[in-house]
Amino acid sequence: MAEVNTGNHDDGKKGKPKKMHLRVDFTPMVDMNMLLITFFMFATSLAKPQTMEIAMPSKDVDKVEEKSKVKDDKAITVLLGGENKLYYYLGIPDIADPNTLVRATYGGVDDPNSLRSLLYKRNKIAIEKIKRLKDQKDRKQIAEDFYKEEVKKIKNAKDGQVVIIKPSDESSYENLIDVLDEMAISSIGIYAVDDIKEGDLFLIKNLETGGEHAKQFEN
Amino acid sequence: MAKVKSKKHDTFIDMTAMSDVTVLLLTFFMLTANFIPKEPVQVVTPGSISETKIPEANIMTVLVDKAGHVYMTLDRKDNRLAVLEEISKDYNITFTPEQKRSFVEQPIIGMPVSLLPEFLNKRLEDQDKLLKEYSIPNDSTNNQFRQWVKHATAINKDLSIAIKADATTPYPVIKKVLDVMMGLKQYRFHLITVLDA
Repeated sequence: MAEVNTGNHDDGKKGKPKKMHLRVDFTPMVDMNMLLITFFMFATSLAKPQTMEIAMPSKDVDKVEEKSKVKDDKAITVLLGGENKLYYYLGIPDIADPNTLVRATYGGVDDPNSLRSLLYKRNKIAIEKIKRLKDQKDRKQIAEDFYKEEVKKIKNAKDGQVVIIKPSDESSYENLIDVLDEMAISSIGIYAVDDIKEGDLFLIKNLETGGEHAKQFEN
Repeated sequence: MAKVKSKKHDTFIDMTAMSDVTVLLLTFFMLTANFIPKEPVQVVTPGSISETKIPEANIMTVLVDKAGHVYMTLDRKDNRLAVLEEISKDYNITFTPEQKRSFVEQPIIGMPVSLLPEFLNKRLEDQDKLLKEYSIPNDSTNNQFRQWVKHATAINKDLSIAIKADATTPYPVIKKVLDVMMGLKQYRFHLITVLDA
């Protein structure tokens, strides 16, 4: 492994101390290090997992009043169906009309039917305000803390857009996360996950059958 | 004819620099390492754009798989011991000091309480195998999961709850877990996701 070269054998100069070249071969050392690195790369997770914070509505009786104060024209109710289907209605649904419920997709802004383009349209003012603030923050005109404070204020504005998310029993956890993501993307500050009600299921069925479902009850 | 003697080249490559680099890399990996905890069920978390990191300490992770099996982990060992004491009071089961030590060493809580003493007598490797077959009962009649959460949140007030569930888990399964915790007045959750590229 380590070799000592006693250079200049044949110089024949006597008396001078011989120069010693000490050379250590580091190859096995590198081999071992590489093995250890490989082990650490496989056995550890570098990044801490990402999380999404969510606060569920409290079921305390004294808070019920607060809940019902949402203005009808500011509320969007999003229903999550099975097979990655998505529906929404605005304000109070009209039970008799099968088209009160609208189909939506999980697509991006370029898809006119997507939930995102709807929320972008509805929440335009807030999104633009936040965008302006972000610009200012990026240009170092306002401080990070101030930015966060302002964003919070905009998101929690009294007359802001409200979204109620109602996942049906057929929907998956991924659907819920996707919709919560949409809230973050569209800067919706006030949203809640609620239980799906009988009436909502009725609306979905009515839409899927093109109004046939409601007619059954008329007869 | 003079034979051309090929000169003997010294092929010695100096590996010192290479060694320096690998040692640096190794140090980096060792310092940033947080070991992947072994989990009894494979869970593929859904993707999200959220970039919030999970809190450093005081976390209770609730692991939910596709079929609705529930496991939980508590990151603080002193909490684990305290929770076990409460559970032993609840279900009138006494644990020996060895069993308690075994419980603290095993990061995953995921056994029906009745089988817990026997489970804790086993070696850690055998425990891992058993965990795959059982989970914490989470039915309305025998809701042991509720008891675990109740004691864990009562013992550590700063506890944050992280939910790690498979992307394909049906919503009713998640709802059942959430309902248990909401019944205990826990309303804030961290949903563990992976960053969407």
